[in-house]
Amino acid sequence: MKTTHSFKRRIFAITAASLLILSACGDSSDTSSADTGCDVSIVSLSPTATEMLYAIDAGDCVVAVDSLSTFPAEAADKLTDISAYEPSAEVILAFEPTHVLISYDPGIVEQLTAADPDIVIWTGDAATSIDGVYSQITELGEVTGKKSQADSLIASMKDRIAKATGGITAPEGTSVFYELDDTLYSLTSNTFVGTLMAPFGVTNIADGVAAGNDYPQLNAEAIIAANPTVIFLADTKCCGQTAATVAARPGWESIAAVQNANVVELDDDIASRWGPRVVELVEQFAAAITALNN
Amino acid sequence: MTSLSTTSRTAHGASRWWTPGSIVFLCAAVLGGVMIGPAGPEWWRVPLELLNRLPLIAIDSGISEREWAIVWQIRAPRVALAAIVGAMLSIAGASYQGVFRNPLVDPYLLGVAAGAGLGATIVITVNRGGTSSWIIDPLPLAAFTGGLIAVFVTYLVGSSVKSDRSSISLVLAGVAVTSLTTAIQTFLLQRNTDVVRQVYSWILGRLSSATWSDVRLVIPYVVASCVVLLLHRRLLDVLRVGDEEAAALGVNVDRVRLVVVIAATLGTASVVAVSGLIGFVGIIVPHAIRLIVGSSYRMVMPLALTMGASFLIVADIPGRILDNPAETPIGVVTAFLGAPFFLLILRTRQAQR
Repeated sequence: MKTTHSFKRRIFAITAASLLILSACGDSSDTSSADTGCDVSIVSLSPTATEMLYAIDAGDCVVAVDSLSTFPAEAADKLTDISAYEPSAEVILAFEPTHVLISYDPGIVEQLTAADPDIVIWTGDAATSIDGVYSQITELGEVTGKKSQADSLIASMKDRIAKATGGITAPEGTSVFYELDDTLYSLTSNTFVGTLMAPFGVTNIADGVAAGNDYPQLNAEAIIAANPTVIFLADTKCCGQTAATVAARPGWESIAAVQNANVVELDDDIASRWGPRVVELVEQFAAAITALNN
Repeated sequence: MTSLSTTSRTAHGASRWWTPGSIVFLCAAVLGGVMIGPAGPEWWRVPLELLNRLPLIAIDSGISEREWAIVWQIRAPRVALAAIVGAMLSIAGASYQGVFRNPLVDPYLLGVAAGAGLGATIVITVNRGGTSSWIIDPLPLAAFTGGLIAVFVTYLVGSSVKSDRSSISLVLAGVAVTSLTTAIQTFLLQRNTDVVRQVYSWILGRLSSATWSDVRLVIPYVVASCVVLLLHRRLLDVLRVGDEEAAALGVNVDRVRLVVVIAATLGTASVVAVSGLIGFVGIIVPHAIRLIVGSSYRMVMPLALTMGASFLIVADIPGRILDNPAETPIGVVTAFLGAPFFLLILRTRQAQR
């Protein structure tokens, strides 16, 4: 049991924060960067990095993406069919990339660099703050030679976030439960998503847990007793949760968020990545908080 | 093997009190289980309110509707499910250890856990999101069916080997089926890495999301299974002398083994389907009982029910309150509480010898 528990913890730590994975393998039509108007050819094993690349107009630099890189739609023809925690170095190398983007190293970096010492590995760890997102976008702009596009993307993100958060403060005593899956895993204010909620002045009900446990599994009793004003569901895709399924849970009908219809359904993918679409997440938070003030 | 072949050393006078004593302990565990939690009313108000809910009694316990919802909708089903799962796993473990005459056997031996895991994995990978609107949740159903199929295959393969060591070929078939099933499950997971966390969270076992509908779902299977197993407790005692000797005493060994395995599997598959895999209980509880009262199945089987239920109820309590408002995984607590307790019994018993 002990091994599987620590394994689970590891899996959870990886996926809860990021949900980003690797992959490879493919039915690859042999793509090379010959006439793409880009000096580099990139294999992205990070859905977040993929979103960033397309958002800075660097889609032409991409030769392959992992199976979870499902956004944007333009990346579809670069999608490879196998996703795994153990990507195949051979398959990646078959794409002859100059750059491989990862968000964590499942042991592949050593293999790739042994096979091709010139290959550049770019690691974009799960961001812990919005500034981390900006600096990753800047770095990718430098890698792909799309610096100005990266700068303008960052500027527009900052602009939208400022608009979304500006002047909106939650009513006194507003508390939030952020649900990661239907076994009641949540996240604290120390996490990336937690920091995105912070400007609205809400209390995160997961914050009482022991330090270091930033993705705790909460107790249902404790959630009902905490009586959150708003519930955000980041498990609509994974676990099919909706405002209706939450309202139908035994004992949950007494929670203020359920009674006042403040259960907000989020898109799991947006909520688990730290790409350009985090502004949409912030805007959803803002909309929910605004609704409380009306 | 030795722990099973030791005869009952306990005097009849003392052993008469074990069963009623364990029932009292179980009642105390249930009461403690519904009184203690991270939220809800003060603990002493709960028994008052329980009395108040009985007909013809009116006591003002001062419990609000919300607090009662916490106790009755969240905590009580959890206690009930812990009791059912603990009792079922313990009696199934004791039975398996009896029919296979092997002290290291647990209820998951013949592949029920791996089969259930595969069933659950298939539902989660195919389309978990789409099933939330279904009237019947397919997840426990698939897990239950998967567990039964795996054990069926094990039995088919294992008993087709004609030899006087058929219990060993069954165990080996179980190992093979478990490996095969796990391989298929791992393959599916590799193709669908986005659901890895969900599948592991399912496999690792949980009582935290228990509801009354879970309890209603498993209770018919568990009751049927436990009744059959209890009725076989004397035959299990006969089996302790060995297959051939038992046959010479007029016991149809293969039939007894088949019936016990079917009953134990049915019950185990149903509890695994709602609570995932909770390890440790099925081995440790029966052995602790044997160490205390001796290894006669006449005593071990009923005590496995009451003590297994009490153990899991008690083991579930720290998980709720240790890291309030967060949960501590049940597997951690069972091992953390159970292992030292078991070692203590082992030590004191050996000192007495």
